Amino acid sequence: MSRPSTEDRVLGALRWTVIAVAVAATAGPLLYGFLLSLRPFQSVVSEPLDLLPPLDEITIDSYPTAMAEYGLGGNMWNSLQVALATAALAILFSVLGAYAAVRLRFLGRGTVNVVFLGVYLLPGIVLAVPLFVLLSRVGLTGSLVGLVFVYVAQTVPVALYMLRTYLMAVPSSVEEAAMIDGCGRLALIRRVVLPLALPGVAATALYVFMIAWNEYLFALLFLVADRDRWTVSLGIAQLTEFSVPTTVLMAGSIAITVPVVAGFFLAQRLLVTGLTSGAEKG
Amino acid sequence: MRTAERPVPDPPPEPRRKPLTLSQREDLHGRLLVGPTVIVVLLFAVLPFLAVVLFAFLDVRLVDIPRLYIDNLVFTGENVAAVWNSPRFWSAATTTVVYAASSSAGAVLVGLAVALALRRPFRGRGLIRALVLVPYVLPVVAAATIWKTLLNPGYGLVNAVGTQWLGWAEPIAFLTTTSRDLGPFEVPVALLCVIAFEVWKTFPLAFLFITARLQAVPEDIEEAAQIDGAGKTRTFRHLLLPELAGVMALLAVLRFLWSFQNFNDIYLLTGGAGGTEVLAVRVYSELVVRANIGTASATGLLMTGMLLVVVAVYAWMIKRERA
Repeated sequence: MSRPSTEDRVLGALRWTVIAVAVAATAGPLLYGFLLSLRPFQSVVSEPLDLLPPLDEITIDSYPTAMAEYGLGGNMWNSLQVALATAALAILFSVLGAYAAVRLRFLGRGTVNVVFLGVYLLPGIVLAVPLFVLLSRVGLTGSLVGLVFVYVAQTVPVALYMLRTYLMAVPSSVEEAAMIDGCGRLALIRRVVLPLALPGVAATALYVFMIAWNEYLFALLFLVADRDRWTVSLGIAQLTEFSVPTTVLMAGSIAITVPVVAGFFLAQRLLVTGLTSGAEKG
Repeated sequence: MRTAERPVPDPPPEPRRKPLTLSQREDLHGRLLVGPTVIVVLLFAVLPFLAVVLFAFLDVRLVDIPRLYIDNLVFTGENVAAVWNSPRFWSAATTTVVYAASSSAGAVLVGLAVALALRRPFRGRGLIRALVLVPYVLPVVAAATIWKTLLNPGYGLVNAVGTQWLGWAEPIAFLTTTSRDLGPFEVPVALLCVIAFEVWKTFPLAFLFITARLQAVPEDIEEAAQIDGAGKTRTFRHLLLPELAGVMALLAVLRFLWSFQNFNDIYLLTGGAGGTEVLAVRVYSELVVRANIGTASATGLLMTGMLLVVVAVYAWMIKRERA
């Protein structure tokens, strides 16, 4: 019936332009980094415009070089330990906390919520100064344990917020039935609530893992003196200070990105609902 | 299996003399369950914040750490005075405000544009939606390293395109150039680059929230408006925008607060060179380069004070709107 007006046609063209630019801008840099990591450094320097390397030129040498020669493999192992420990502790704490926040009435519940929100908004760089001083005072800088606790404190408020959404979706009638059957509180959380909210818990764990894996500032402040303890983010950032071939840096960057992006694509839907809950209310 | 786990019919005798009431037990359990979280947050976030306030008024340097005891503290007002009177602090504060305001506005606007473009379903929309979120989850070090390579004057793609295809006379050192004349304008090149990076990295969050809000907008009003002959632009201005205003304002404030304290992106891209020294970088260099805990804390404290002002203004505006 109605023919498309000029307005509609302009907007339609604009829409596809926005989509095309958005895709190019978000995927482009990653793809660029990946393609560079497959080329010898000399060829990147002499022909920066040849994005698609000729087939006979493709090499994956940059990856073993980055991992072994420049020590990123060891750094990755440190990052993995730190991120796993952070995710495990943050989830343990925040499952308990989120359950209490959703189901139980207790004195100080409101205060606790306000404090957590405040912590979430406090600048990391401002907390970094006293944390550095206090942890050096007790000899915990240069240890991965100190870093894990700092990460847990930084991520627990977000984890708690996300888990609250997932736990609210668990019907409380199931829990009441279990309670009547004589199930204790902790057993209830472990045997009833956790299995029902498992996808949400997994998504939150993944999110916390990503934050810890990606973190840079605290790693820089605490660990910079001790090369054996560097996390992989710190390792790559330190390498950029020296004349390390950019192809090696790209290989390192892609290597630390792959696990994060893969995990994100797997849990994307759940993460999105967890992060944006509450947005619908405006 | 299940029956085996059932409690024995006769409950064991209570060890406690007076059993807790249900609500007392709920109160106790609640506090025990939040306990671990509260302890970690108190130790690693609240206590450090109180320490920052203390350190800001102490004469203390990095070398003093081993001799730092609670009973031999030397109080001084000099840190705050020194920072307050330093022109470098104020120029960093200005840069921070410009940086935070532009990247927050940019992120919300780009997020809005992409959310609107991806609103109606089409084949492959799910994939594109996920793709658009990638910069947000990318490790910041990887993202910064790739951007630095892209913008590299020697072999970066941007400069290669510029010099070979667009006829630039010479490659531009994007991340170290403070300003450059472009016709009648003086363009702050490095600052624009770090802003672009921040917009690129954070617009996905705005996109997510705006998309979530868009899904909650009832479609029938819009259809009715279009049947009545209102064009898409008018429908957007009068129907959609008022619906989105709340979430966009909240996002703008949150993004401002986060960009205001951003350290990683700027430190990794420019190290604070080329007119991009923001307050967070100043805190870091006071601490690490000048080894002065006192002035670093004072800078951090003043920075937090500025953030609190923004939060207070936002809270006041929300309150006034509701009244």
